[in-house]
Amino acid sequence: MSTPENFDPTPISGGPTDVAPLGRGGEKPAHERTAGEDGDPYDWAAIANDPAFAELKRAKLRFIIPGTIFFLVYYMTLPVLVGFCPELMKTPVWGKVNIAYLFALSQFVMTWVLCALYVRAAKRWDRMNAELLARFPRR
Amino acid sequence: MLAFAFTPALGMFLAFVAITLVITYFSARKAKGSAAYFAAGRSITGWQNGLAVAGDYMSAASFLGISGIICLKGYDGFMYSVGFLVAYLTVLFLVAEPLRNAGKYTMADLLAYRLKQRPVRAMASLSTLTVSTFYMIAQMVGAGGIIEKLIGVPFAPAVIGVGVLMLVYVVFGGMLATTWVQIIKAILLMGGAFALSWMVLGKFDYSLTRFFDAVAAADYGGTQTPRNLLDPGLAYGASAANPWGAWDFVSLALGLVLGTAGLPHILVRFYTVPDAKTARVSVVWATAIIGLFYVLTTFFGFGAAVLLKLTTVPADVVAGFIPLDAKGLPNGNMVAPTLAAALGGELFFAFISAVAFATILAVVAGLTMSASTSFAHDFYSNVIHHGRETKPGQEVKVARITAFFVGAASIALAIKLGSSVNAAMLVGLAFSVAASANLPVILFSVFWKRFNTTGAVCGLGVGLVSSIVLILLSKNGLYDAKTAPFPLANPGIVSIPLGFLGAWLGTLLTPRDPEAEAKFAELDVRSQTGLGAEGATAH
Repeated sequence: MSTPENFDPTPISGGPTDVAPLGRGGEKPAHERTAGEDGDPYDWAAIANDPAFAELKRAKLRFIIPGTIFFLVYYMTLPVLVGFCPELMKTPVWGKVNIAYLFALSQFVMTWVLCALYVRAAKRWDRMNAELLARFPRR
Repeated sequence: MLAFAFTPALGMFLAFVAITLVITYFSARKAKGSAAYFAAGRSITGWQNGLAVAGDYMSAASFLGISGIICLKGYDGFMYSVGFLVAYLTVLFLVAEPLRNAGKYTMADLLAYRLKQRPVRAMASLSTLTVSTFYMIAQMVGAGGIIEKLIGVPFAPAVIGVGVLMLVYVVFGGMLATTWVQIIKAILLMGGAFALSWMVLGKFDYSLTRFFDAVAAADYGGTQTPRNLLDPGLAYGASAANPWGAWDFVSLALGLVLGTAGLPHILVRFYTVPDAKTARVSVVWATAIIGLFYVLTTFFGFGAAVLLKLTTVPADVVAGFIPLDAKGLPNGNMVAPTLAAALGGELFFAFISAVAFATILAVVAGLTMSASTSFAHDFYSNVIHHGRETKPGQEVKVARITAFFVGAASIALAIKLGSSVNAAMLVGLAFSVAASANLPVILFSVFWKRFNTTGAVCGLGVGLVSSIVLILLSKNGLYDAKTAPFPLANPGIVSIPLGFLGAWLGTLLTPRDPEAEAKFAELDVRSQTGLGAEGATAH
């Protein structure tokens, strides 16, 4: 079967180093080194103690902790209400559509909105991250 | 006997197989080296991985199972759709980025980062293999039964066929081929779901009001008398027969929302992308696609309950009669294909059947991939050989051999169990093990400095054992509904807190581990900033 490269439907995945067999004698390329082999190219403690790192972590947790509590509570309210107050949930709201179905549908909207908010917040974290890392080059 | 008719469904399925085999061929030519084999060279883009994650997630249980349970149980079935989607917030907020930043190939990379490698990896590998195997047997058993009906191949050759094809993808193509099989399947499945929903709406003149009015008076809900399927309680309502129904509902919901973030075949997907930012993008894509799919289950799930007919005669799918299962009850797994036949005729039935078959095949391949990666990377390389490769390419070789054995074992088990095993029980077990064993230790190792090796081993062990024991003691296990010592079908509400408690007490009751705490700064910086993370191989 002839297989010209340009018929290949999959994306390019292997770089030149990728084809080299593992376990070779010489030094591994940077991206293949494990943490142990890296021989600490970064001063981890210095970054961990940097105020900008603490600020980055605080910024993340300020979003993630309330966000997680909110979606868990909002989500678990549905099975709790459906399980323990079924009559309330059967109340029709729009035509025959009841509270139970609308509440379930609102979970989809909630998920997408929180996703979008997370992405927006993460863009800010990426900027903070880039500024932080720029001050700590590989040694 | 291997003689069977050449149906349109078989033809469409063979076309899918042909395309995926071409991709496997090309993947195999360039997949050399561990990162390429286990993680597709970390070269998958955000939307591609999003589709692949969605593909891994929308298994036969999602497509055939959810449409069936909504048709038969109404609103309570729709709760699966909600839980499966909201679960992605857990993945996005808590797990995806730290995991991608600090890991290499498996979940255990993150767990073992600052702890003692061997015990932690051995336990994590055991938990991964347990989850993957249960999930896979469920898919295989489901597959055999469905293929028998859909494509007209007998049970044993059908299972063997699925198994052999899956092995070809995994053994030769590795993660790259598996990912592309998943992507193609996800696109086909979304197309099928859209078409099916559109045809259902067409029956109601594209009017949502008329659609919901009909659902509110559906004469097919497993009840045979008209009943409002939008009302909750058909499956999990508290009743004299099931006084714990409401608790079971809460327990199921908890297991669904926390389990996904511990499913190994979803977690390994985040290693196939170049960095944490792409991992984030792929979760967002997956959430959009999966959410859309589960919204559509409204139409083809509830729609089936309105449009299809209950039957006691041998089924005629084209006329809209749902086939019966071995016990003489309507077969939930056949609801979506029957609806397709009733609305779109034989060719559309063939298309939906082929999509269902492709779905099973792709998910089984993904599961085998994650199981064999974990065995080769965690158990063989790191537990037995202390993290050193004995020969070049040994890890990949072991993974290929493992894939072969995992495949052969699940083929044998699926054929042995036949269609008698309860597939829902196996999937429920997989989710509760994932939520109870894997999630607590992932969270503690990223966010809790004091966390130590004993805590990790205890958390994994307690979560694993408690969920398995509770399921065995429930009506889904060794007992029937009346005599079961554990009253809930879903163990999550007990076993998830036990998993957290095990990890927490295991840590607090043993001495501090100064070495692990000293490395916390490094793990913290790595997981939060992505500094020093494994990058893409194509630079």
